[in-house]
Amino acid sequence: MTATAPTAEAAVRKGSPGAARGPRRRPGRIRRAGLPYLLLLPALLLELLVHLVPMVIGAVMSFKELTQFYIRDWGTAPWAGLDNYAVSVDFDAPVGKALLHSFLVTIAFTLLSVGLCWLVGTAAAVFMQDTFRGRGLLRALFLVPYALPVYAAVITWVFMFQHDNGLVNHVLHDQLGLTDKPSFWLIGDNSFLALLTVSVWKGWPFAFLIVMAGLQNIPRELYEAAALDGAGMLQQIRRITLPSLRPVNQVLVLVLFLWTFNDFNTPYVLFGRSAPEAADLISVHIYQASFVTWNFGTGSAMSVLLLLFLLVVTGVYLVLTSRGRRTAP
Amino acid sequence: MSTPRSPMAPPRSFLWARRVFLTLLTGFVLVPVYVMVSSSLKPLADVTGTFRWLPTELTIRPYIDIWSTVPLGRYFVNSLIVAGAATVCSVVIAVFSAYAVSRYRFRGRRVFTVTVLSTQMFPGILFLLPLFLIYVNIGNATGIALFGSRGGLILTYLTFSLPFSIWMLIGYFDSVPRDLDEAATVDGCGPLGALFRVVVPAAVPGIVAVAVYAFMTAWGEVLFASVMTNDTTRTLAVGLQGYSTLNDVYWNQIMAASLVVSVPVVAGFLLLQRYLVAGLTAGAVK
Repeated sequence: MTATAPTAEAAVRKGSPGAARGPRRRPGRIRRAGLPYLLLLPALLLELLVHLVPMVIGAVMSFKELTQFYIRDWGTAPWAGLDNYAVSVDFDAPVGKALLHSFLVTIAFTLLSVGLCWLVGTAAAVFMQDTFRGRGLLRALFLVPYALPVYAAVITWVFMFQHDNGLVNHVLHDQLGLTDKPSFWLIGDNSFLALLTVSVWKGWPFAFLIVMAGLQNIPRELYEAAALDGAGMLQQIRRITLPSLRPVNQVLVLVLFLWTFNDFNTPYVLFGRSAPEAADLISVHIYQASFVTWNFGTGSAMSVLLLLFLLVVTGVYLVLTSRGRRTAP
Repeated sequence: MSTPRSPMAPPRSFLWARRVFLTLLTGFVLVPVYVMVSSSLKPLADVTGTFRWLPTELTIRPYIDIWSTVPLGRYFVNSLIVAGAATVCSVVIAVFSAYAVSRYRFRGRRVFTVTVLSTQMFPGILFLLPLFLIYVNIGNATGIALFGSRGGLILTYLTFSLPFSIWMLIGYFDSVPRDLDEAATVDGCGPLGALFRVVVPAAVPGIVAVAVYAFMTAWGEVLFASVMTNDTTRTLAVGLQGYSTLNDVYWNQIMAASLVVSVPVVAGFLLLQRYLVAGLTAGAVK
């Protein structure tokens, strides 16, 4: 890992005594030290262009009165100070009230969806830890919902949730007689349930995949030792499997949370541009607030608030879960 | 493949719980898949009336009609170009970055990884509009059309999969013994030679996994595709909405088209899922 050879060469060629002054001056050394940065450059530039600069611009926009009159030349939009934020968090006025409602719906939806995805995924992975006939086939099958493109999967659910010609009403109403009359699934209060179903259907295989990978890192000897000590199946799962999965779960739950919370594709394909109130997820809400009313200043303010919330939640989550892990026996 | 839990046979109650759970789950997973496949083979009358489990007659008409009802072929080609290019670029860039982070100690190493990973939490809606403005301005200033073009979409999509890809590859490269690339360096390979001749071949499962992820991300994205494409550059994600006209919703065609656009990704994913699990096991979840 030394760079003496090219450095010495360079020094001889140049005949300059200065090259020997300090390691920093040596050209070979500089090239070497610069290499990691050079390797990172493409990723860095792209992240700057697509994520970081837009984020800063978004933050700036949130302080501007950026309505449709200024959209062609947004630099000329007048400054609005904190007005956009004031409008967003004024929970007595319609805009703020709708935002708060959407926020609460999103929280409830995210907690339920992440919880169910984790639970189903973990249970499936643990049940499929031992080999049995048809296990490989089943595993491939379980990954299908995750592998399907979002719109293809969600559009199928849209068809199933149709009022007149959908499968769900046919089974619940016509075949099982559980409902008095066919229900509406994509409008009204049921839409929350519909969204949750689709989200879990689509999301649990990811948890399954990650937990399955995590299970493979648990040494077999642990189970053998536990079995020798007379630990039963449930005890082994409780004492070995679940604790070993802790570090995996820490990341998995966070990633699931962020993806579900920010999910736009599922509600957008499920409900179209106007989401029903009961399933008014925040990303679609902000999209509508921006593109339907063309008030991008307020939309940006809402996005910034959302990002701050996610930063705080992620920070608190990481601190709590890391501390818990350190103090655990 | 995985570690068997113990040499003991599991108790009967466990076996029963497993049977019931896995059967229910299989049903839950399969029903929509069945609806997609069976409805795609039904005549229009079967999908406009009350739902039927079995088609009155099997027809492949929907599979013929989908190509003329909307320009599905064009959308397909667009999606293929966009997702393919985004995948290749994303993987190459992620390999470089992950190699730097895994093999070098340098200033800003931690800042880089944390920053890149944290972009994962940004709501897409936050940078959709600014990005749109940036692309339009770049287009006005330099003549490089990013807005409405495939190039702009490729650029956007490849950054979506980049954070996860870099993170996973760092873990994967860390598991490739350093002695290998140091030996290659001694043998006269430069650092890049060591990367391409030693580290990359040893990390193929991880790289395949990352490529699968990148392709799926680009193939399925809806939000940016709906804003940043026009008639000629429209991708499948948006184009598929063209089947629902005001009077008739051609559900049989929608299901056929959904199936057609799903087959490449699902088949690829299922073929390569072994690598994905292996890649995750060695990299991300360690």
